[in-house]
Amino acid sequence: MLDNIQSALAPRGPEAAGILEITWVLVVGGALIFTLVLALTALAFFAPPRWLAGKGLIIGAGIVFPVITLAALLIYTLLAAPRLSAVEPADVTIEVVGHQWWWRVNYLDARGEVDFATANEIHLPVGRTVELRLRSADVLHSFWVPSLAGKLDLIPGKDNRLRLAATEAAVLRGQCAEYCGGPHAQMALFVVAEAPERFEAWRAAQRQPAAIAAEDAADSEAASGRRLFLSHCTTCHTVRGTRAEGELGPDLTHFASRLSLGAGILPNNRATVAGWIAGNQHLKPDNLMPEFRFDSGELRTLAHWLETLE
Amino acid sequence: MRVTALLALAWVALLAGCSDESRPVLGGDAENGRLLLRQFGCIGCHRIPGVAGATGNVGPPLDGVGRRVYLAGVLPNSPANMMRWIRDPQSFGFETAMPDLQVTESQARDMVAYLQELK
Repeated sequence: MLDNIQSALAPRGPEAAGILEITWVLVVGGALIFTLVLALTALAFFAPPRWLAGKGLIIGAGIVFPVITLAALLIYTLLAAPRLSAVEPADVTIEVVGHQWWWRVNYLDARGEVDFATANEIHLPVGRTVELRLRSADVLHSFWVPSLAGKLDLIPGKDNRLRLAATEAAVLRGQCAEYCGGPHAQMALFVVAEAPERFEAWRAAQRQPAAIAAEDAADSEAASGRRLFLSHCTTCHTVRGTRAEGELGPDLTHFASRLSLGAGILPNNRATVAGWIAGNQHLKPDNLMPEFRFDSGELRTLAHWLETLE
Repeated sequence: MRVTALLALAWVALLAGCSDESRPVLGGDAENGRLLLRQFGCIGCHRIPGVAGATGNVGPPLDGVGRRVYLAGVLPNSPANMMRWIRDPQSFGFETAMPDLQVTESQARDMVAYLQELK
């Protein structure tokens, strides 16, 4: 599943395929011309024929050939450029907000209001056009999922729009491609392209608040984990369905459904979340979350509750 | 020639000296274990030589864990104890922050094969 998850050489959509085609035309074409020039140079050194010294070659290879080649390339790239970003109206609109050093992901409804929020993971329906509205909350970032499309910057004060589509179901990885300070290299995200019916099921589940009521009776460890969360974490995190409504950090309503932790840097399970709560400054230096010194039982309890947030 | 022969002899002697008969090994695929240590997220808490991204400092660093005398400060370090510790750290009856990750027996065996090589 994890082969070629972040490779411009393995396109999973028409935009990335268009970029790869232009790349091959330029690389192969450039290599052919370079070989030809080397061959002429060798000829001039070792067995110069008379025509090599004539005006004809200078006019032909020095003026006519570059003009024709560059004009052809210009026309080719102008024709290819529209394919690098889909033009059809989008079926799904997602606002992606860059933060130091994570991605806020807001799915928008038909009126452009936030339908639900998640973080560091984008789900897309295969074969549908998706519009990403790229914004920044602080400094320059750049959104780059090489298997789907080229880079586009997130610029403070400006909305950049990127339209793309995935042609097959895949789990892909992307990362911030514009240095944004400190742990910039640890600002990654996952894109899950899935069949439209699976995407709809995912979207319906994400809209729901966290399932809290049932768990109290069934799972007292989860209930005490939730109490710890509500007394320590609500200033920064939201869990819909509880009184945790902080906006500084990622929305954790369906945290356990996500593949990764810490913006794409760790697999998401109760061990890594416990390690993150207690020691995140070692894992991702300077990130804005403080380290918490719970006693060991409390730490396990809190991690257990977070991993119930499917 | 004589120097080469002496060096070879010294090398053989060195290798013989390295063999550690006192620790029974349980088999297991150390290379797979190395990958599992990353996939299960052990790296979130432990520093582990040879495992990418293992910078955690929540639990003890695992460099030299193959030669460590006690696991978690209490259990005599043997492959069998290490396997049991990885699979169910709560089963020993004392408080530890390390959670049970539902590691299977064969996965734990592979992890132990790698960790016991860290001398």
